[in-house]
Amino acid sequence: MATEAASLRAKHATPIAERRIRSLLGEIFAGTCAGVAAILLLTIFVYVLREGVGALNLDFVTQLPRPVGITGGGVANGILGSLIIIGIAVIIATPVGVLTGIYLALFGSGTLAESVRFMADVLSGVPSIAIGLFAYTLLVAPFHHFSGLSASFAFAILMLPLIIRTSEEAVRTVPRRTREGGFALGLSKYATTMQVVLPAARPAILTGILLGIARVTGETAPLLFTAFGSQFMELNPTNPMAELALQVFTYAISPYQDWHRQAWAGAALLILAVFVLNVAARFLLKPPSTKRI
Amino acid sequence: MASVRGATLLFALVVIGLFVELVRGSWSSLTAFGLKFLVTSQWNPVTNQFGALPLIYGTVVSSGIAILLAGFVGVFAAAYLADFAPRRLAQPLSFAIELLAAVPSVVYGLWGLFILAPIMRAYIDPFLQARFGWLPIFSGTIYGTGLLTAGVLLALMIVPTVTAISRDVILAVGKDQREASLALGATRWETMRRVVLPAARSGIVGACILALGRALGETIATTMVIGNRPAIEASLFAPSYTLSSVIANEFTEATSDLYLSSLVELGLVLFGVSIVVNAVARTLIWSMVRDKKAR
Repeated sequence: MATEAASLRAKHATPIAERRIRSLLGEIFAGTCAGVAAILLLTIFVYVLREGVGALNLDFVTQLPRPVGITGGGVANGILGSLIIIGIAVIIATPVGVLTGIYLALFGSGTLAESVRFMADVLSGVPSIAIGLFAYTLLVAPFHHFSGLSASFAFAILMLPLIIRTSEEAVRTVPRRTREGGFALGLSKYATTMQVVLPAARPAILTGILLGIARVTGETAPLLFTAFGSQFMELNPTNPMAELALQVFTYAISPYQDWHRQAWAGAALLILAVFVLNVAARFLLKPPSTKRI
Repeated sequence: MASVRGATLLFALVVIGLFVELVRGSWSSLTAFGLKFLVTSQWNPVTNQFGALPLIYGTVVSSGIAILLAGFVGVFAAAYLADFAPRRLAQPLSFAIELLAAVPSVVYGLWGLFILAPIMRAYIDPFLQARFGWLPIFSGTIYGTGLLTAGVLLALMIVPTVTAISRDVILAVGKDQREASLALGATRWETMRRVVLPAARSGIVGACILALGRALGETIATTMVIGNRPAIEASLFAPSYTLSSVIANEFTEATSDLYLSSLVELGLVLFGVSIVVNAVARTLIWSMVRDKKAR
């Protein structure tokens, strides 16, 4: 207490003008930090877009990769591969994630619910490469070959925490009277959830799925030893498949000028996709909480 | 009812399976090296010697640089966005920063490799060496790719995380506390420094730990700019290697079982670290933002 009083007295000894100037300087400094961070990040964003859009052309999205040394070609196989891999991941993750979210919303306080909630939170911080290793030991090693499916599995695990938490929240935020309307009609708790609450929560759940897709779009690390990549138009997910983000990575670290150009083009596509997904999730669906931290 | 319970159990099973599989996959390395795996510094596939110390060093130092830079800038930026910025500016700025958290890491890596690394090599590294070259960390050959470049790139990648969560935490500090301080005659800056930030401290620390976890596990961007050499050197300009980039680079080339198993064990280490880091961070953040869940 004594020291606090002393520091207060010391405070008052500082003339108010000086304190105001200090305050202003402090605020300017904080503003500078925010500005520097925002400008640096926006510079990256704009740079990649400018460089990438300049390198984009019709060939890039419609052609297959050419052999090393031959200029031109594109990543049509990678774009299709991404769509297939992510599509299967959504098909796997959505039912599991949404149903788990419903469970958490309905039985939020039980031991299973508490531990599952903890698992979902922790899982969202597990490095994607560790999840890729899991997909490898479970779905690649036993079959002795890489596959698009194993990549979908890894992606599904990466999406699950987001889908689970948004679904739980979506179900929770449905107004009580909606739920009671179901009960009043004589429906069971389960039937009410499935037939009354779930439709009402649908937009928010869709948001979770969109954010989940955004989360795995551009994810590269787990693909290195699951999808593995391919030079061909491979549409069968039980075979090794090309994927756009993986192609950007391989092209970037290659020594060829034309591949670097294509890496920028691919990066621009990825950024645009993620941007559209996030904006769609935020604005079109107006969910209760969409922060993607 | 069975379906929701089943799905929940399936999810729990997957998470447990993740841990079990990583342990199973690294079993031969675990039994061959034991704890020596973490404290020896020979990473040599030719002689089948695997010690992860240089990789742990590279991971910790690059992430350390990242969190020092990003923590400092991010917390002040969060203070600005929460309390100082005019509303019209705060909202688009927050949105822009949050959106950039979603940019894929391979894109950051591409930018880091072709833009940041040359800038570091031509301007920043020589400047640091000229001024502070007497410090061992700024001595030695400049490559452009190395620990410092990786740290700076990681800092850029995690600044949105630090800023966004810290801003939420700062906003969660009660209005009454701010107003009490202002009513006592404190300036806005004094209120921030002496009342709001101390009240938000545990949440801000949580935000930084969460961001640190991001940096520790980041793979692709780091792999592209860190130089990929498993050695411990005092200089921050020297190429290094991280746990995750070793896995990324060497997994598909691993020939012996022990090699493969050692790589999986690196994944197990990353998994363990990320669990501890996330559990701690989330507990700290939740103590601040109970109703608004920090995800």
